[in-house]
Amino acid sequence: MAATTTAKTHEAHEAHHHEHHDPGFWRSYVFSSDHKVIGIQYGITSLAFLFFGFILIALMRWQLAYPGKAIPFVGGLLEAVLGEVAAGGVMSGNLYNSFGAMHGTIMVFLAIVPLAFAAFGNYVVPLQIGAPDMCFPRINMASYQCFFLGGVVMFASFFVPGGAAQAGWTSYSPLATTIPTDGQTYWLIGMVLLITSSLLGAVNFIATIIQLRAPGMTWMRLPWFVWTQFVTAFILLLAFPPLEAAGLMQLVDKVLGTSFFLPTGLMTAGGAALADVSGGGSPLLWQHLFWFLGHPEVYVLILPAMGIVAEVIANNTRKPIWGYRSLVYSVLAVGFISFIVWAHHMYLTGMGTKISTFFQTTTMIISIPSVIILTCLFISLWGGSIRFNTPMLFALSFLPMFGIGGLTGLPLGFNFSDLLLHDTYYVIAHFHYVVAPGTIFALFAGVYFWYPKITGRKMNETLGQIHFWLSLICMNLVFYPMFKQGVSGMNRRMADGGATYLGVDDVGSGELVGTPQAMIDLNVNISHAAWALGLAQLPFIFNFFWSMFAGRRVENDNPWQATTLEWQTPTPPPHGNFDKEPVVYRGPYEYSVPGAKADFIPQNQPDPA
Amino acid sequence: MDIPYTTTPREDTGLYNAKVGIWLFLASEVMLFGALFSSYILLRVGADWWPAPRSILNIPIGTFNTAVLIISSVTVVLAWASLKMNQLSKFKLYQGITILCALIFVGVKSVEYTEKWKHYEIWLNDGSNYSGHIDVNGKHNPFFYTHNKLVSEGVTEITFTKDPHKYGDPLPEKAAGGGEAHAAEAHAHESMVIKTEDIKRLSAFVPAHSTYFAIYFTMTGLHALHVIGGALVMFYLWITAGSWFRSRPEQFTNRIEVSGLFWHFVDLVWIFLFPILYLM
Repeated sequence: MAATTTAKTHEAHEAHHHEHHDPGFWRSYVFSSDHKVIGIQYGITSLAFLFFGFILIALMRWQLAYPGKAIPFVGGLLEAVLGEVAAGGVMSGNLYNSFGAMHGTIMVFLAIVPLAFAAFGNYVVPLQIGAPDMCFPRINMASYQCFFLGGVVMFASFFVPGGAAQAGWTSYSPLATTIPTDGQTYWLIGMVLLITSSLLGAVNFIATIIQLRAPGMTWMRLPWFVWTQFVTAFILLLAFPPLEAAGLMQLVDKVLGTSFFLPTGLMTAGGAALADVSGGGSPLLWQHLFWFLGHPEVYVLILPAMGIVAEVIANNTRKPIWGYRSLVYSVLAVGFISFIVWAHHMYLTGMGTKISTFFQTTTMIISIPSVIILTCLFISLWGGSIRFNTPMLFALSFLPMFGIGGLTGLPLGFNFSDLLLHDTYYVIAHFHYVVAPGTIFALFAGVYFWYPKITGRKMNETLGQIHFWLSLICMNLVFYPMFKQGVSGMNRRMADGGATYLGVDDVGSGELVGTPQAMIDLNVNISHAAWALGLAQLPFIFNFFWSMFAGRRVENDNPWQATTLEWQTPTPPPHGNFDKEPVVYRGPYEYSVPGAKADFIPQNQPDPA
Repeated sequence: MDIPYTTTPREDTGLYNAKVGIWLFLASEVMLFGALFSSYILLRVGADWWPAPRSILNIPIGTFNTAVLIISSVTVVLAWASLKMNQLSKFKLYQGITILCALIFVGVKSVEYTEKWKHYEIWLNDGSNYSGHIDVNGKHNPFFYTHNKLVSEGVTEITFTKDPHKYGDPLPEKAAGGGEAHAAEAHAHESMVIKTEDIKRLSAFVPAHSTYFAIYFTMTGLHALHVIGGALVMFYLWITAGSWFRSRPEQFTNRIEVSGLFWHFVDLVWIFLFPILYLM
């Protein structure tokens, strides 16, 4: 009798299981509500956009190095697809502006944020906290769909009359409103979709981390990566809506002809006529609303990257992260302070010295927790028996690269020095050091690190090392010279690479006024390095796909001997993640505990009785 | 493993998942409308011209709409309380009243909108400036005309009927006798024929008219979208209530609570919109 009941229950269970596990191709891979599938969707889409964003800049680098010359290989294709703006295969100023604006937009909103936050966050966070899925799986799916749609709209804007948005990724009004292209309207609609997507994601992340932590997973036992995602989600939740409001207002300006951001007396058509608008708006208001998102966004780009680096470093030094509590409080502090530093992007607007003083003070204050984080990660290396595998190399190089990016930000945070450096290549070098060899390296570390969990195979180590060393060298060859260009005053948005302001000795004093020829010549070197950087990604792209089928199979579910919960699941984790609900008994980084049998103790391992 | 705490609260937080979710969502909504309210302040402080809203918007109608929303925020609580007391029919009644209130609100708002869209302000080349209604080619009170549109349609002249009191100008003090104000406006409502070439600018009271109308339509429009969205969700819950409540009463009650929280937020936004747009 008992046996029959069990058999029946088992059958029912099987049926239930079956129904869960075989939802067909579309429900499994396209319209899936499983956080892991959504994470992978985000990952692949954003990697594709990362590549696309790079192509844009690779083409722009040709124009900077050899202004006015036809682009080899793809010039004809550009002309065929985009028409007059690429006549004769030469990149026109308008096209350069479009590519520049879209490079920034795509890299920030369609590549780095979705990769760092949505892709890694979706895949890893529920696993690390011992949850079966996100809190709201269908909202999670809607989040990806909004993101994808936003990407499509952005991409489509290249092909509308007038081409894609041309006013930079910051879309300052009145320039953005008055450039006669529908691309800006597409940009705004795309942004509203992307903001909606990140809102849905952020709500989901926070609710999941608050509600779905496994028994025993107290706040101070959370892997630090989860903390960074938690703070990032809060930043997205609260900082993005003002940009959505601003985007709506600019959209209304563009479509219905209002003047939210258009001042009285605005001239158009090269100053030939007064614009046919009511006026009375405030261009400064756009900048405030934009940077209210724009600056916290910087921390959206960097915090998840730091989280990944912390996980990889703890695992590969085989010792606990140094100063876990300091890291937690620092990331919370960064999250709070990031909301009151935005106007340090606006020193040049003449908003007033008192306001500038306030914002440069808060900007200096936010560097304190950032430095604490970096210091903790550096000290974590001390005395470790470091395994120099590919993810660790990327994580290690993140530290000095982000250090350069962060420290060179200080002169931009001070009002007096920013007035000189504003809108020069120095700014470009600074934030690219933060985001490119900083965040992107951390993301690569994450890809190499979690790849075995996702696919059950490791990526090839040799190709990984080639990828790493070439990328590291090229990144520095690209961005380091830009500091010099910037300090010599080269403006960042010149389609001719600064030749307009070529230094001349117009008073015969023997001193040049303008950009020295040597600085302009650096453009050629930088462009060569940038294209080499592109080639350096080929081993990665090959490795990424090849290892899916031919990579070395992992010997067990925990190939890196890691402590956190995502490695205590089957590989790849099934729908529902854990075979049975995990119970957490210890902190996240119990490596090399004295007296323990192995050099790591997983979080869900009970104390020996 | 199934997702826990979808209906029952988690012990240490005391909340079920959807409640955490809606509060977070509302936090972001606060930032969205907060940005618009901040923009309102900045734009108004820096404006060249800001109308006296009382001469433009109808305060009794606005007050009526405010009352409608306040009533709906009472009934939305009563609906939830009825479910808690297991009274499905009472729930149906209260939820129905809430949805009706939403419809009345949107209906009144759309009447207010359309009235503005066929009401015009005109600036003439001689510097004079009136508000009123227009007749174009025999069309009485057409929508959305501008000077450019007149030119492109080849209209040479329009008939303009002046308002007794120009929109946007401060209303005259209610004089004790009231005679003087009346006398001044007695001969308003006069019609005049205006040549297109004499017009400097013509605009209906649409967003493009001025910063005031831009922010008025943007904020109330976004708010109206929230009202419509909330009403649609509550309508869906209303028609599915029977079977849902009988099979999963706790989950359904939670849904009503969550939608009610959203509805209160929508009401609250209006409580701020009404004074800054109608009264101040």
